[in-house]
Amino acid sequence: MDSILHYQQIASTLSMLMLFAAFALLINKRILSLINSFAIQSFLLALATFGQAFILHRYAIYFSALLTLTLKVILIPWFLRRLIFKLKIPKEIPQITHPFFTLFGALALVIFCYYIIAPINLFPSIAAKNIVVVAMTIILLGMLLMIIRSNAISHVIGFMVMENGLFFAALISTQGVPMIVELGVAFDLLVAVVLFGVFFFHIRSSIDSMDVDSLNRLREDTE
Amino acid sequence: MKTLLIEIIQVLLFLALSPLLLGWIKCLKCLLQNRRPPSIIQPYFNLIKLIRKQTIVPCEASWIFRFTPYLMFSVSILAGIMVPLFAINLPIAYMQIGDVIVLIGLFALARFFLVLAGMDIGTAFGGMGSSREMLISSLAEPSALLVLFTLAMTASSTNLYLIIKHLIESSFVLRPSFVFAFLGLAMITLAETGRIPIDNPATHLELTMTHEAMILEYSGRYLALIEWSAQIKLMVYLVLLSNIFFPWGIATNLTLSSLSIGLLATILKLFGFGLILAITETNLAKLRLFRAPYFLSITFMLCLLAILSHVILEI
Repeated sequence: MDSILHYQQIASTLSMLMLFAAFALLINKRILSLINSFAIQSFLLALATFGQAFILHRYAIYFSALLTLTLKVILIPWFLRRLIFKLKIPKEIPQITHPFFTLFGALALVIFCYYIIAPINLFPSIAAKNIVVVAMTIILLGMLLMIIRSNAISHVIGFMVMENGLFFAALISTQGVPMIVELGVAFDLLVAVVLFGVFFFHIRSSIDSMDVDSLNRLREDTE
Repeated sequence: MKTLLIEIIQVLLFLALSPLLLGWIKCLKCLLQNRRPPSIIQPYFNLIKLIRKQTIVPCEASWIFRFTPYLMFSVSILAGIMVPLFAINLPIAYMQIGDVIVLIGLFALARFFLVLAGMDIGTAFGGMGSSREMLISSLAEPSALLVLFTLAMTASSTNLYLIIKHLIESSFVLRPSFVFAFLGLAMITLAETGRIPIDNPATHLELTMTHEAMILEYSGRYLALIEWSAQIKLMVYLVLLSNIFFPWGIATNLTLSSLSIGLLATILKLFGFGLILAITETNLAKLRLFRAPYFLSITFMLCLLAILSHVILEI
């Protein structure tokens, strides 16, 4: 019982650190530090998963922690970094116009999620419910990242952050999803990243930039 | 009688140790930058030299110019009473003399007069320094209050002695809000005491300076008092950081052994924080002035996250 209590404290601290990483993603200026922040967030997620596996003594969760570690901490960031170097994408992404408003929008999302989750009483413990609030916020922050940035790489990172939040919420609220689901999601993710890589090549060759806003200006010649 | 003695010793320690702390930080910074360090007690010599020197007051100066150094110094002494240095459970904790809000207010009062004094002479540098100081402090102060509110909500008290007493008596709990509060308060410390990403304490004549620009016209014992109170302010913030977030070792009863352990622990923690401060300052470059609000908005975000994580995760 004592160790579960300790794990809850550790998990809530890790969840808050993950949230902080999501905030850092929102205001980052360099594309490489964007990827690094994502890797750090995934590493925290892997730590939380290891902790959950240790508490519940379930080998399936150990496996999914290992999968998170190899896939999201090492493989995907490495792949994205390699893409950036190969495609010679500029290292600086255009600064969002109002970083301060974005931050406060993100803080408002935290409060919003708190009020959304508060009436639900299906969680194993109060601590789990609180952590799900944070996980939910991470999902919405990933979405916010995809909305405010027009850079294609940021969209991919935002997508991954949403996946991180979803995985974390599932882990905490159901105490570990079945391994088959976990495997499916992991390979979907890997395939998605490879597909994104292909898309990057295409975007790059058609509009010569990573800014997807300039796709809006593409139109057919009407002669 | 004994407790009164301890309180007086505490205030005197604030006065006596703060130049040593600054000397230690300067020494470490020199070593980290491959320069030959000055003696660790150099700030004492500087203060003695300034006190001995003649004081020159500009002919346009009003009473504000002469009054400000004394006000700043007395504010520092009051802060030294309010912040527990090495012992809690002193009767002053229950005398309602002042809590964290008063502490922030006192520093705001000192800053208000310093800003007025900067503009009092009418030089361009003073006005520039004053406007910069107000820009930075108007953004740093709400963050400081938010951090202290987080602590007050945890301990159900705004009195620093009672907060630390609560933290030391409750069993060790990993609180996510404290992680953010610590980071936030550390960044506020950098901003409020004019350390490197915001203001460079080593410059004396540079266009980007903030604190030095305001006190450019001061000399002699006025300058000594202002510098001494700036050193005490740095020490107060470092004591806040070390005693709130790492309260171990602080004396809870008034026996000689626990008091000496408390004193030793506090000094060790302060010097440890000095080391961290020196390393951060060596690694960072000074921000452009217009980037300072950005730095402070991140600080504010951290502090707001601290209070939010307290509400979401810990109640």
